Amino acid sequence: MSESTSPTTDATVGTARVKRGMAEMLKGGVIMDVVTPEQAKIAEDAGAVAVMALERVPADIRAQGGVSRMSDPDMIDGIISAVSIPVMAKARIGHFVEARILQALGVDYVDESEVLTPADYANHIDKWAFTVPFVCGATNLGEALRRITEGAAMIRSKGEAGTGDVSNATTHMRKIRQEIRRLQSLPADELYVAAKELQAPYELVKEVAERGKLPVVLFTAGGIATPADAAMMMQLGAEGVFVGSGIFKSGNPAQRAAAIVKATTFHDDPDVLAKVSRGLGEAMVGINVDEIPQPHRLAERGW
Amino acid sequence: MTVPVIGVLALQGDVREHVAALTGAGADARPVRRPGELDAVDGLVVPGGESTTISKLVDIFEMREPIDKRIAAGMPVYGSCAGMIMLATEVLDGRPDQRGFAGIGMTVRRNAFGRQVDSFEAPVSISGVDGDPFHAVFIRAPWVERVGPDVDVLGRVSDGPAAGRIVAVRQGNLLATSFHPELTGDLRLHRFFVDLVRAAA
Repeated sequence: MSESTSPTTDATVGTARVKRGMAEMLKGGVIMDVVTPEQAKIAEDAGAVAVMALERVPADIRAQGGVSRMSDPDMIDGIISAVSIPVMAKARIGHFVEARILQALGVDYVDESEVLTPADYANHIDKWAFTVPFVCGATNLGEALRRITEGAAMIRSKGEAGTGDVSNATTHMRKIRQEIRRLQSLPADELYVAAKELQAPYELVKEVAERGKLPVVLFTAGGIATPADAAMMMQLGAEGVFVGSGIFKSGNPAQRAAAIVKATTFHDDPDVLAKVSRGLGEAMVGINVDEIPQPHRLAERGW
Repeated sequence: MTVPVIGVLALQGDVREHVAALTGAGADARPVRRPGELDAVDGLVVPGGESTTISKLVDIFEMREPIDKRIAAGMPVYGSCAGMIMLATEVLDGRPDQRGFAGIGMTVRRNAFGRQVDSFEAPVSISGVDGDPFHAVFIRAPWVERVGPDVDVLGRVSDGPAAGRIVAVRQGNLLATSFHPELTGDLRLHRFFVDLVRAAA
C-alpha cells in the first residue's frame, strides 16, 4: 500500500471510472456482513464476491442498542489478511475521519451506512475527496442521486437492516425503479421540475432519464434472509445482493451463504431456486418492520 | 457465418458490458449459464468479476468440463481480468481450490497491482490492433508473470513502477487482457475477437 508500489501517477488512481468499475465487477454477486476473520473465511468459501466488515451485525446492533461505530482496525486487518476477495467496511454517515482510517487500512470499498449511528445529521461525507470508492444506501431515486452527487460509486437499497423482513428492501427497490421509469416517460422540458422535485442535479436526472438506469451499480440490502429473498430482489432489478444478519444469525451459515450465492446467479430459474432452498435449517428469527417503532428504524437515517 | 454467436459466461461479473460491446462489434451476443446454452455459441467471453466466485460457480453448475472440451476443440475464448485468471493454467495468490480452464500456458498473479485504492487507468498498446493505445482500466487487476512457448505477448504496461508487466496475451484462439475494454466504449478489442471467432468457424 505504500506510495512507492503505486503503479502509476496519482492522476490515474481513484478515478470515477475505476471506482464505479469496481462495483460493475461485483454484479450478480453476494456481499456478506462479517464480524470476524473466521466468518470472512466462511463467506469466501461460500462464493461471496466481497465481505463487509463491521463491529456487530445489524440484528445485534438493534438488540444491544448504544452507539454503533466503525470496527476496530485490528479486526479489519485480520479480515483483510484472512481472505483474498475484496473487503468493504462501514463508516458512520458523515464521519469522514472513520472513512480516512478505513482507506488507510486498505479496504476496497467504504459503506457510509445508516446501520451505524450517524456522526453528522446534516452532511454526508464528501466522497470525491477519497481514492477508495463508496457505497451508500437509498430509499428512493432522489436520495440515490444525492449520494451519487456526493461521489458514491455504488448504491444499495436500504431495506430495514437486522430484521430478516424483506418488505422494506422490496419497497425501496420498487420505488427507485418506478421513479426511473417515470423519468423516462417525461418530455425533456419537464425534467427541470423533476430534478427540483427529486432534489437532485438536473444533469444527473437527465442522464438517468436517457439511460433508464442509475449511472452506478444498484445493489439491494436490508432484511434479505433466504435464497428466495435474494432471487426476488434480483428480479426486481437489483444487480447484486448484500446480506447482513441473514447469514450468521441463521442455523447453518455456511450452507445458507452458499445457497444465497447460487440463488442470486439463477434468480430467474425456479427449479434451481427450489433445489438450493432445501434443508438449510433455521432462517434468522426476524422482526416485523411494522413492529419497530419509527425512531428505531435504520432506513430513516440519511436523507 | 457473417454474424457469429458469442456467449458471455454469465455466472457473475460485468456480463452486460461485454454483451453490449460484442453486439456493437457485430456479434450475436448472449449470456451463457448452462451447458446447453454453451452448445449454441461459436465463441465465449469470460467477463470481469470475482475469479474465486466464478471458479466456484463453474464447478457447481457443471460448466467446467463442457468449456474445457470446447476449448480443446478450438472454440475461441476471450477473458478480461477475472476472465484472464480463469484462462490461466497457473494462478498465484489465488485460493488453493481455485482452478481455471485448460487454457493459456501462463502464470497469472491475482490482484498483482494491489488493492482497490491502487486500481488505475493507463494507456496500453496492443500489437495486432491498429490505432492509438487503449485507454486501459485496471481494477484489482492481475498481471501475467510467465508465459509458455506458445503464448504471444500482445501488450505490456508502458510506464510507472509496473512498466513492462504483461497485460495482454494470445495463444491460438484464446485471448486475455488484465484490463477492461468493455468499460470504455472502445470496441477494437471486441472486434478483434469477433474476427477471431469468424475465422475459427
